[in-house]
Amino acid sequence: MRPFDYRRAGDVAQATAAAGDATAAYIAGGTNIIDLMKLEVSTPARLVDISRLPLHRITQTQDGGLRIGAMVSNSAVAADMAVRQRYPLLARAILAGASGQIRNKATVGGNLLQRTRCAWFQDISAACNKREPGAGCAAKDGPNRMNAILGVSGHCIAAHPSDMAVALRALDAQIEVTAADGATRLVAMDDFYRLPGDAPHLETCLAEGDLVTSVILPPPTAETQIYRKIRDRASYAFALVSVAAALRMQDGRIAAVRLAFGGVAPRPWNDPAVEQLLIGQPPSKDLFVHAGEALVAPAIGHGGNDFKITMVQRLLAAVLREASE
Amino acid sequence: MRLILTVNGADHAVDLDPRTTLLDALRHDLDLTGTKKGCDHGQCGACTVLVNGQRINACLALAVMHDGDEITTVEGLGEVDHLSPLQSAFLTHDGFQCGFCTPGQLVSATAMLTELHDGWASHVTENLTETLTAQPTSRAEIAERMSGNLCRCACYPGIVAAIEEVVVRSRADREAAE
Ligand SMILES: Cc1cc2nc3c(=O)[nH]c(=O)nc-3n(C[C@H](O)[C@H](O)[C@H](O)COP(=O)(O)OP(=O)(O)OC[C@H]3O[C@@H](n4cnc5c(N)ncnc54)[C@H](O)[C@@H]3O)c2cc1C
Ligand code: SF4
Ligand code: FES
Ligand code: FES
Repeated sequence: MRPFDYRRAGDVAQATAAAGDATAAYIAGGTNIIDLMKLEVSTPARLVDISRLPLHRITQTQDGGLRIGAMVSNSAVAADMAVRQRYPLLARAILAGASGQIRNKATVGGNLLQRTRCAWFQDISAACNKREPGAGCAAKDGPNRMNAILGVSGHCIAAHPSDMAVALRALDAQIEVTAADGATRLVAMDDFYRLPGDAPHLETCLAEGDLVTSVILPPPTAETQIYRKIRDRASYAFALVSVAAALRMQDGRIAAVRLAFGGVAPRPWNDPAVEQLLIGQPPSKDLFVHAGEALVAPAIGHGGNDFKITMVQRLLAAVLREASE
Repeated sequence: MRLILTVNGADHAVDLDPRTTLLDALRHDLDLTGTKKGCDHGQCGACTVLVNGQRINACLALAVMHDGDEITTVEGLGEVDHLSPLQSAFLTHDGFQCGFCTPGQLVSATAMLTELHDGWASHVTENLTETLTAQPTSRAEIAERMSGNLCRCACYPGIVAAIEEVVVRSRADREAAE
């Protein structure tokens, strides 16, 4: 690990003031950034400790939603009774990820902002455009079982690894961000992550010093919420493919549906055209097959991850069947 | 950097490079070598310690971030002639072979019992909103809740049986007390 200067922030203003340049990084739970610093993939000169900022609460919003502070641990979100009762999708997604130990340390903000990554990104001897713009991409020709099939570019095919973020996408969460000048803004999950394009080192819409302070959930709109994840072992593994669904049936037809996909794209993936195709229809096998085909129409496999193109269609059909029963 | 690490109830003043992980501080600076380093990347659980009662991986924690926190290591769970219930149960059920993962298993299981008591659900829990006493503690539940601790000797049957015994006994004790 490279040497760094350590500062602990006492409040949000101190944090953003200390982190306003390219050499600084925030550390919350540390479960991703310490890992990357040990590998010397991440080499901040200054580490700003935000773990003791007063952002540890889950509160009701006026419109009946929830505000989750950025420092709330993943475990605490999944254990919260309001989350378990009204946003089971979120609790399920978190509980399907990592381990008890990591979920205790991991924060909501850190989970959203863990790096979009692949095995080659973490190996500093391999070519990687994300680590070193212009260097090439070892994953395209190398083993790429975990890599993405949707939203990728010729420059990078890494997948966003979060389960929690997939649930937040399906629940239409908003991210509250405080900038270095103290200004606060709300960003929809849809606008939070960038696709790699020709600049895969840029992963989100955040500017230097921007701090995620809360995640805001609107009141739940669908009573049926499902999260299903396929992984290489029964527990403690990243998603090969996951599907989050929030669905409401009315008079035998799909009245509303929100879908998000994990393990398949550089960000929690969603496709409004697939949702549109389902809305107003009675559930049927043909409909679900059609939805899956539409979803993967733009997919690109790179050999080792070709199986995800079939797998995500089957998982989507299984989830839609269960949700519309 | 100077800081105080509070480990197993005792305060230790240490002077550390900010890069020092909590794991290395415990093993190298405080000579508490019960906590093991398996992977050093959050993938095995050998380094599990409690911070303010919650289990974490000490390899993915910076010591400087835990100034003032209450840290418990395997050395703080019991004494050789006064084992904790989990430690005794691991002996009874052959919950180990080489023993390398065992400190992490014991510390992790200690916190897992608290999580069960607090009614936390897991990935395999059927009903997310049931209360603690209604939560089943099947072997599948225990295995899922302990999935952050790998055992290369594959002593999983013994580990799960040991934990199951303590879960059942502590629940019975609590019911008797109520
Ligand atoms: C072995 C292992 C298995 C895992 N398995 C899974 C899995 O199955 N599913 C899954 O979803 N995840 C998994 N993870 C990833 C884990 O969930 C993340 O590491 C964790 O959520 C990151 O949160 P943190 O608070 O520790 O982040 P940190 O490591 O502290 O920070 C991560 C990044 O976010 C930035 N950051 C943190 N907080 C903020 C903030 N408030 N505002 C702005 N920037 C911020 C930091 O600067 C850093 O760049 C796994 C991790 C490990 C090590
Ligand atoms: S897929 Fe992206 S992160 Fe992985 S090696 Fe290629 S450029 Fe790097
Ligand atoms: S040494 Fe910490 S998890 Fe393996
Ligand atoms: S007893 Fe050998 S690794 Fe678990």
